[in-house]
Amino acid sequence: MVLNRVVITGRGAVSPFGLGVERLVENLWAGNSAVCVMEEWRGIEGLKSCIAAPVPPFDYKSLLPRTVRRSMGKMAIYANLATMEAVRDAGIDDELLKSGKTGAAIGSTTGSPAVYEKFYARYLPNNAFEGIKSGEFFKMMGHTCTANVCLALGIRGEQWAPVSACTSSSQAVGLGYLLVQTGRQEVVLCGGSEETHASVTGVFDLLRAASYRNDDPESACRPFDTGRDGVVCGGGSGILVLENYEHAKTRGAKIYGEIVGFGNVNDAGHIANPDKDSMVRAMKNAMDEAGLRAEDIDYVNAHATGTELGDVAEAAAIGVAVDSSTPVSSFKGHLGHTLGASGTLELIGVLEMMERGEILPTRNLEDVDPRCADARLETEKRKAEIRTVLKNNFALGGVNTSLAITKVNL
Amino acid sequence: MITDDELCRKVIEVLAQEFELDPEEMVPEATLYDDLGLDSLDAVDMVVVLEKTFGMKVTDEAALRSIRTVDDLMQFVIRLRAEQSRA
Repeated sequence: MVLNRVVITGRGAVSPFGLGVERLVENLWAGNSAVCVMEEWRGIEGLKSCIAAPVPPFDYKSLLPRTVRRSMGKMAIYANLATMEAVRDAGIDDELLKSGKTGAAIGSTTGSPAVYEKFYARYLPNNAFEGIKSGEFFKMMGHTCTANVCLALGIRGEQWAPVSACTSSSQAVGLGYLLVQTGRQEVVLCGGSEETHASVTGVFDLLRAASYRNDDPESACRPFDTGRDGVVCGGGSGILVLENYEHAKTRGAKIYGEIVGFGNVNDAGHIANPDKDSMVRAMKNAMDEAGLRAEDIDYVNAHATGTELGDVAEAAAIGVAVDSSTPVSSFKGHLGHTLGASGTLELIGVLEMMERGEILPTRNLEDVDPRCADARLETEKRKAEIRTVLKNNFALGGVNTSLAITKVNL
Repeated sequence: MITDDELCRKVIEVLAQEFELDPEEMVPEATLYDDLGLDSLDAVDMVVVLEKTFGMKVTDEAALRSIRTVDDLMQFVIRLRAEQSRA
């Protein structure tokens, strides 16, 4: 079976910096942080982390008609707006979009946590379903983002919803890559979406993995830094248009990069703790599939969320799977951890780095943890030719993914 | 107790808000499905909103299903209020 080449032809974002790829990229390049104090969380007993990187409020009513919006929670609204931008950016016309040749793979950790809260706040204290509206389930279901995108945009192809917490969107890209490679779809709209909520940050807090730097939000998320103290959760949605290379070339589409390998493994060891060897296998699998050697990799965009166990394991894993001379950085210092959206939101930044020939450093990395010395950690913005990258994303539940992406010679 | 006219105005107000409709278009002869673009899921939510706003219980599913126009809905609400205020 001859496999199709798979390229990225469109990008769309709703991020903690606001609507659109341009705003995301501008703020990443300016070295800004989107993390802020969540005053309304301060009264929640037992929640010690009261910071997050939420999507700033915007007038979503003017952007999506009620008839499609009524079944969407915030995360599905973000996914729709990001998908609409990605489709416009790729120049996918209505005919192709609705032809059945275009599919969607969009994941999230769960359905909308804000809607879960509302639903159970009504149901449990009253032991009653009265007063609950008909659309709530459609905002809570695990495939709420992808289903609502398909409905709103008229997508009739394959519909998937990889649900694996922080690897939801990297797995969505991996799945889209397989669907296009094997010819099941010409185009797949891939990504993830997430919304900030006290219950989500609370999960990390319960695991003793959330940052408590409530008095210094912009410096709170510090991947690889000796002063790091945990994750800061964020929200948003990143969507990429994956397309058959020949199809993209024929219609003259702009090509951001080619996906050449996808590593996706489970450590089968621990439900929460990171596993260096499993991270190595994910990166090696992506490199082997692409026929890449360590010296071919110009840059690694790390998952690095700012937890001690995760950062140290990943730096060591990069040292083994790649080497200790390849530049490495993480976007979590800028964006916080956007969980199910992190893979694709961060990939948008990586594709921009490839295009501009510039490496961005990890924000807030000032004092490198010596235990992370196996990786070459960037602390300054600098020019560099970036042709081939690895993009890592890992998740609770033992999941480790790595995507290998290259520039395309036209 | 508010008059029937006031009741009808309130129905228009809450439904216009709930379904983001233009109150000007909610004339008595307008059909809920074809003219105003509502569907079966909206009909379920309409009952939730009316029950909450007016403190009524809507249990007559057959009567509910027979509602076609804004005027049908108004007559239904007026009748329901009269029945439930007697009870």
